[in-house]
Amino acid sequence: MIVTCPFCGDRPSEEFGVLGDAAPVRPADPAGDPEAWYDYVYLRANPRGAHREYWHHVGGCRQWLVVTRDTTTHDIAAVEPARLAKQTAPEKGEP
Amino acid sequence: MRYGWHSVLKQAFEGLAAVAPAWRTPEPKPVYDVVIVGGGAHGLATAYYLAKEHGIANVAVLEKGYLGSGNVGRNTTIVRSNYLLDGNVQFYEKSMQLWEGLEQDLNFNAMVSQRGVLNLYHSDAQRDAFARRGTAMRLHGIDAELLDRDQVRALVPFLDFDNARFPIQGGLLQRRGGTVRHDAVAWGYARGADRRGVDILQHCEVTGISVENGRVTGVETTRGRIACRKLALATAGNSSRTAAMAGLKLPIESHVLQAFVSEAIKPYIDQVVTYGAGHFYVSQSDKGGLVFGGDIDGYNSYAQRGNLPTVEHVVEAGVAMIPGLSRLRLLRSWGGVMDMSMDGSPIIDTTPVEGLYLNCGWCYGGFKATPASGWCFAHTIARDEPHALNAKFRLDRFRSGRVIDEKGGGARPNVH
Ligand SMILES: Cc1cc2nc3c(=O)[nH]c(=O)nc-3n(C[C@H](O)[C@H](O)[C@H](O)COP(=O)(O)OP(=O)(O)OC[C@H]3O[C@@H](n4cnc5c(N)ncnc54)[C@H](O)[C@@H]3O)c2cc1C
Ligand SMILES: [Zn+2]
Repeated sequence: MIVTCPFCGDRPSEEFGVLGDAAPVRPADPAGDPEAWYDYVYLRANPRGAHREYWHHVGGCRQWLVVTRDTTTHDIAAVEPARLAKQTAPEKGEP
Repeated sequence: MRYGWHSVLKQAFEGLAAVAPAWRTPEPKPVYDVVIVGGGAHGLATAYYLAKEHGIANVAVLEKGYLGSGNVGRNTTIVRSNYLLDGNVQFYEKSMQLWEGLEQDLNFNAMVSQRGVLNLYHSDAQRDAFARRGTAMRLHGIDAELLDRDQVRALVPFLDFDNARFPIQGGLLQRRGGTVRHDAVAWGYARGADRRGVDILQHCEVTGISVENGRVTGVETTRGRIACRKLALATAGNSSRTAAMAGLKLPIESHVLQAFVSEAIKPYIDQVVTYGAGHFYVSQSDKGGLVFGGDIDGYNSYAQRGNLPTVEHVVEAGVAMIPGLSRLRLLRSWGGVMDMSMDGSPIIDTTPVEGLYLNCGWCYGGFKATPASGWCFAHTIARDEPHALNAKFRLDRFRSGRVIDEKGGGARPNVH
């Protein structure tokens, strides 16, 4: 896979660390509803198809990115800086 | 036909015409007591034990591809019971004991080979961790031997003992561990289940699950609707998708794991040997090829193939452990889709939907679990509650904080 980093250009995937699914949103209140925390920490839509995920350009600019990638073809549709990406991403793709 | 010397003789004289198919190819019935989704090792073993242990034989196994086209035919065939944590230790040892009697039980040659599994250690800290694991195993009556460097050298002399960065100090050996011919496990269980009346329906993909008033009533498939009283999911890498058909969201991500086989060479590696300074495991198949693997690729994937950086990573670890490996040509590589759970341990349980049962989260270690998984899942389905052996593999353990995290990796499926 070649990831087009918005800062560094086309880079091989092995320069990156993958954190995973960008959909779960951290609950605001640490002492809040345990169900919300359970959902955030453990449950995943795990779609077959388009998947928005956090990648870290560890071996490059060290920026966090949101990569939209197809989990069946590994094709990458979009790469955006994480801080500019929308926080609550709609869950795309067929589960 | 019962297999034995008499059937070998008969076939020698009568030729291929005397070889009966090992299982039937029936048409789907409109309704079954139990429908099992997934014709991998776990689904087939579940069907076998449902019929054998619980007398429930009005069962169908629905497989979307051909039998054994999933992970059961893609794994590196390693079996062992060298676990540390409560819940895992007892379960995997039960599996090992079932492996030991499996071929007699199934009347099928699964090539169970207890050639030993040797885990190498490269530092004092790792030795201490292995000593602890070995002690825990022995306390449960499981065999484990902590070997020093010379004892390891006597078994596998060609390792890179004096590697500058990761010298080999010794290893933890489980002699009862080893390998089993993976396809034969699927075929043996399929034949055993079929003989007890189970219908095996290939090329039958489940596309929908009907739930009425909180109860499962049947499935939609590419071969029509099939009604059932109980529905059991054993769909490995596709668990999130099948569970979603019943409205469940799982603590699981699908990831790809690759495996490799070299050209065939003369007998070289007698055991399964694993590297302690990186992720690499190798054994030699009876055809002579070295079969090996390493880490998952590390990103969500439903593709049954991985990428080149992982190939390089695995081979680097391999050559660091066995320098001679660099002289071999790689014959083939392939991938399978893992159902990586959030704590690295499996789920065998009932679900909030009545009549729906779940078997998933095997990560890359579910082949060795096959017999116990089928045995426990059958019990769970028949009795509507888990057996003591899978009582810790509950779906709600994540909610309640009772995770079983052998590796201590936390809720990060791509690092388990
Ligand atoms: C490369 C590799 C190496 C491995 N090495 C080892 C090892 O050395 N030791 C070990 O213990 N484990 C190993 N594993 C893990 C092990 O193979 C799996 O955990 C185990 O096989 C999973 O259970 P199964 O056999 O039932 O899965 P599968 O064989 O994958 O069965 C699941 C089946 O469900 C079917 N299915 C999915 N969705 C549907 C649907 N909607 N309708 C109908 N059918 C459906 C699939 O087609 C598939 O056949 C390895 C896995 C891989 C990929
Ligand atoms: Zn960059």
